[in-house]
Amino acid sequence: MDLNILWFILLTVLFSGFFFLEGFDYGVGMLLPFVAKTDNERRAIINTIGPVWDGNEVWMITAGGAMFAAFPHMYATLFSGFYVALVFMLIGLIIRGVAFEFRSKREDPAWRERWDWAIYYGSLLPALLWGVTVANLMRGVAIESDLNYYGGLIPLLNPYSMFGGVVFLGLFLVHGASFLGIKLEGDLKDRVKKLSGKIWIVVVVLAVIFLVWTYFATDILNNPGYDGLIPAILAAVALLAYGWFQRQGKEGLTFICGGLVIILATVMVFSGLFPRLMISTLDPTYSLTIYNASSSPYTLKVITIVAAIFLPLILAYQGWTYWIFRKRLSPDSPDLHY
Amino acid sequence: MDPVILSRWQFAMTTIFHFFFVPVTLGLAMFLAILETKYVTSGEEIYKKMTKFWGKIFLINFAVGIVTGIVQEFHFGLNWSEYARFMGDVFGAPLAIEGLMAFFLESTFIGVWIFGWDKLSKKGHLAAAWMVAIGSNLSSFWILVANSFMQNPVGYAIRNGRAEMTDFGALLGNPNVWYQFPHVVTSGIAVGGFIIMGFSAWHLLKNKPKNKEFFKLSFKWAATFALVGSVLVGLIGHAQGQFLAVSQPLKIAAMEGHWETEAPASFSVIAIVDQENKENSWEIKVPKFLSLMLFNDLTSEFKGLIDLEAEEVAKYGPGDYIPPVIISYWSSRTMIGLGLLMVLLASFAVWWSFRDKLEKQKWFLKIMVPSGLLPTIAITAGWIIAETGRWPWIVHGLQKIEDAVSPTITPGNIIFSLVSFLVLYSVLGFIGVKLMLKYGTNDPALGEGKGE
Repeated sequence: MDLNILWFILLTVLFSGFFFLEGFDYGVGMLLPFVAKTDNERRAIINTIGPVWDGNEVWMITAGGAMFAAFPHMYATLFSGFYVALVFMLIGLIIRGVAFEFRSKREDPAWRERWDWAIYYGSLLPALLWGVTVANLMRGVAIESDLNYYGGLIPLLNPYSMFGGVVFLGLFLVHGASFLGIKLEGDLKDRVKKLSGKIWIVVVVLAVIFLVWTYFATDILNNPGYDGLIPAILAAVALLAYGWFQRQGKEGLTFICGGLVIILATVMVFSGLFPRLMISTLDPTYSLTIYNASSSPYTLKVITIVAAIFLPLILAYQGWTYWIFRKRLSPDSPDLHY
Repeated sequence: MDPVILSRWQFAMTTIFHFFFVPVTLGLAMFLAILETKYVTSGEEIYKKMTKFWGKIFLINFAVGIVTGIVQEFHFGLNWSEYARFMGDVFGAPLAIEGLMAFFLESTFIGVWIFGWDKLSKKGHLAAAWMVAIGSNLSSFWILVANSFMQNPVGYAIRNGRAEMTDFGALLGNPNVWYQFPHVVTSGIAVGGFIIMGFSAWHLLKNKPKNKEFFKLSFKWAATFALVGSVLVGLIGHAQGQFLAVSQPLKIAAMEGHWETEAPASFSVIAIVDQENKENSWEIKVPKFLSLMLFNDLTSEFKGLIDLEAEEVAKYGPGDYIPPVIISYWSSRTMIGLGLLMVLLASFAVWWSFRDKLEKQKWFLKIMVPSGLLPTIAITAGWIIAETGRWPWIVHGLQKIEDAVSPTITPGNIIFSLVSFLVLYSVLGFIGVKLMLKYGTNDPALGEGKGE
């Protein structure tokens, strides 16, 4: 296996980790105004992700950095081509991040309410826009022979990609709900469960429509040799199992299934793309692939060594923090720092 | 409007704003880890109280630094995609390594630090504090490896129409890194110390007896910290200047506003720079002093901007190669002047703290209240020198700024993002500073209130 393939896999791993971890962070942020009634309930919800959201967000930063290092042309094409959408996403992420730190720094209810909306929109915007971005990657964009996409924002907001954005958002919502299921206790948890049961039904319907649409609108599910059909089917099964376990009250298994849906969906996208990174709708030869968009073998070797040392370490110490903060929270818990 | 100009404004604005907060994080993370170490080794509660009290300032600052840092990771692709294509093979690796080695460390353990006071042993919690301090300072190392390549490219070859890395060790051993990195770290130490001194001085002027010990002790530690940082940042800066005389002579000539070649070279104390006519229309000079500062003797020749530009024209073809001299000249005077003032103030602060005569120096305490601004301004001036002094190159000798911008974005796109970031950052900066003032002027005797 050459290093280009290895870095394609590592990029899949980094994006899976990002969508898995930040996915429930976004979900929790989006659920915040709909399940919490009192200030302490809102604090309990925010504090479920309080100790971990920042470390989770680094998965996105590092996925971006790794894309720059391993596939600089993808980094250049994607971020310059999807400019306006990504600026909106950055605005969302900026207000969300400070909101966690700032919202409980003053007693004023109006102050806190403003920051709670910042958390809500700061979670919704990136969730939706990452969905739109990924759906456009699946569908392909009008990349020209110089590897640039000049189309601007409007062509990116096509019906398929917008629908994909909504599906992503829905998946993050159910994922976040299952995270709250293992992190909260009492009344608040029951309320989350009731709401997420309803959301789940909607998401199942949307996801099925999206898969069918994907089959006809893209080649992700029938990309010769590497099609995303198997992970797509497994993701669908995991999503159905999510609903089953949730009704059984098996919170741990529900969360695992929600996580599997996210990871399998990410694997579906990447395996459907392989060996392409960004599809050109103008001419297949204009597509960015793991070979024409990559760094030199020497650079790939350097970052492979670094990743081989540090990724296992990161998984170990980040996993350890989840163990440290495993205790469930309630609105009268003493562990509410945010 | 020109996308290059707009993108430069956006880069300058977002980066300068980001870097108001980063050095404070670098310095305070270390300061808090030292205080907590003192608490764990001595068992004295007051050090825990100090760690927690100053920790709040740190965390507010940290939050703004983190969120504005997200933009930093992506704008090489957003606005500078031709740069990303040409340089990505070299420049991307340190950024990816920064994420893997440093960001994960600081961001994971900051959560442990905030939420872990009752969940970990004293030593376990202390370890988290050091992980944050190491992680944040390590991140500055990697970003400076990347930046140093732009200043002084090494370890690469031009192949396949781009710069390709050929020697990672050379990137790490780039002499520029080993001036810039300690210069940045020690500037963080200085700014951290001055900010804590500022708040402590404010409290000491309030003269509440029950808080006196707390803030005298805080001031003493911060003064020591600030003195170490200020002296080192100056010494390293001096060495860095000598290195620049060899590696980026145009940058240093612009900093010194030196148009003509001269041996021995005089030092311009103050001047009215006339970039158009390539001369200083008025100035006060100290003879031979520049030769002494840069070459440690009283005879060496210093090449002026006009001759240096002629050399660049011979090397790279016709064009304008002189950086904006007025900006470089005044930024350098600001940085060096404030640096010297910081050494002076920190020396007095240490002197009076250790002789226990601090509270009597009311005038001095009054000066010290806003003193955190001094290193902040000096650091900003330093980065303006480093970045504008490289003009017209984005990577010295390899790619010009005008060739680096994304071809796909319209001026309208950039105006939208520039205005959005400007408004957002102004609001965040205002709120962040207000919160820091609120928490810095809180009464530590009140302890942990609800929702704090």
